[in-house]
Amino acid sequence: MLEAAAHRVQRRWPMAAIVQFENVGLRYGHGEEVLRDVSFSFVPGAFYFLTGASGAGKTSLLRLLHLAQRPSRGAIRLFGTDVAATPKARMPLLRRRIGMVYQDFRLIAHLSVADNIALPLRIAAQHDDEIREAVGEMLAWVGLAHRAEAKPETLSGGEQQRVAIARAVVARPDILLADEPTGNVDDAMADRLIQLFASLNQLGTTVVVATHDLHLLSRVPSAQMMRIAGGRLTDPTGGLRVPPRRERA
Amino acid sequence: MIAATARLLDTARDGWTMAGVLAVMIFLAVLATAGGIATATASRALGATLAGQVTVQIVAPDADTRARRAAQTVAALRRSPAIVHVVPVSRAAVADLLGPWLGSAATEADLPVPALIDVTVAPGRDAVAEVRRIVAAVDPAAQLDAHGAALAGTDTLLRMMMLLAAAIVALMIAASIAMVLLSTRAGLAAHQLTIEVMHRLGATEGQIAMLFCRRMARDAALAAAIGAPLAWGVIVLLGEANAGTGSQLLGGMMLGRPGWIAAVTLPVMVVALAALVAYAAVRRALGRLA
Repeated sequence: MLEAAAHRVQRRWPMAAIVQFENVGLRYGHGEEVLRDVSFSFVPGAFYFLTGASGAGKTSLLRLLHLAQRPSRGAIRLFGTDVAATPKARMPLLRRRIGMVYQDFRLIAHLSVADNIALPLRIAAQHDDEIREAVGEMLAWVGLAHRAEAKPETLSGGEQQRVAIARAVVARPDILLADEPTGNVDDAMADRLIQLFASLNQLGTTVVVATHDLHLLSRVPSAQMMRIAGGRLTDPTGGLRVPPRRERA
Repeated sequence: MIAATARLLDTARDGWTMAGVLAVMIFLAVLATAGGIATATASRALGATLAGQVTVQIVAPDADTRARRAAQTVAALRRSPAIVHVVPVSRAAVADLLGPWLGSAATEADLPVPALIDVTVAPGRDAVAEVRRIVAAVDPAAQLDAHGAALAGTDTLLRMMMLLAAAIVALMIAASIAMVLLSTRAGLAAHQLTIEVMHRLGATEGQIAMLFCRRMARDAALAAAIGAPLAWGVIVLLGEANAGTGSQLLGGMMLGRPGWIAAVTLPVMVVALAALVAYAAVRRALGRLA
């Protein structure tokens, strides 16, 4: 079962960079820029931690990454595609290649666990048989096969986050983004969630975890760290292969 | 697959209220449509019946002269190919007409009652001019009473009723659209999380809009299934009641096949319109997202 799940999320990357930001700026309305001159690139199959204090711009950067927001300036290339030049009608196809995990889970309350997980596959118009099989694999992978028909409100925070992770990866995204995924769970569950991300990453999925919890960084020794402060990226990807010791403290 | 997709919108947030209001609107709109069409049919039927009918009055004071000129006029009218029907009104029938005003005096032989001749002119001709031309040659003093002239006021009233019916239907449809828009906006607000999650997971605007379109079509179909048969039942009952009146005016108030087609088509159109409006409203709202 787990092998099937592993096959489901495995990817091979022909391209050098899966994400490229060049001098990207973002402002909401007429306010000041919340992101300034952000330039970096992600390579396929890597694990990134995006750190910074609350309000530093982590969530804004993730919003740009999962195409919830267009940049005010600069260029973003996702999967080799220039986002600014992509017609709006084609944006959903790009979004389907991105998995997203939210701090507040964003599970749909009236749907069962299985239906929540199946959502990306239904959007992609896959057949019911394929959906059932994929959802079954994901439920087993996150250890929630026995809660398939439960409603999200009956689950613990950790269980809900595992459902959210299963939903994020069931459609085999090229990149998985997680915004403070451990913010609403205890330490033990945080460890378990990070291990799930790490196992996904070992299977080839590019993983980006935004967190202000520096203790998490030690859980994935191979991860690269990006630090954002005041809307600027201070440690662009590639510059630091290993988080500096003072950040781990 | 469709059932699973339909579950994406919370079924607990049902549209019974909207369906109920829409059912009332469909009921009234179908009745107004039927009323307008029946009125138009009656107006046309009555106009066609009366337009070619003229009554000639021979008003010579002397009874013998009156009878002679009446006979000559009837003969002249019957010779004309433009005249379809000529019926001299009997003295007894005239007395019956005058009875309500004159009482028993209406039957007195020496009462100078005009001789009346009912004439029907072939369709497509100016009835009054045709009859006047023939009658003037026999009795220049004869008077003509065009039945169509008596309908002038009624015709105006009937036209106003038709316009009123059309306005009511238009208002009902406009109110239905407004209702659907409000309901759709409420739905968008209620399902904001679902929409946002679907959008982020790569759902197209069309996919999300189709969810609301299907939901609205379902609610509107439910409304039509309640409102339309009720309206059809009322139309049938009114038709049966009308058939028993024997009235020349009301007798023409029939829906006929085109009327029934309109009465059946209207609810279907409202359902389609509701679904279309919901789809367009959602697409427009989603267009504001990134």
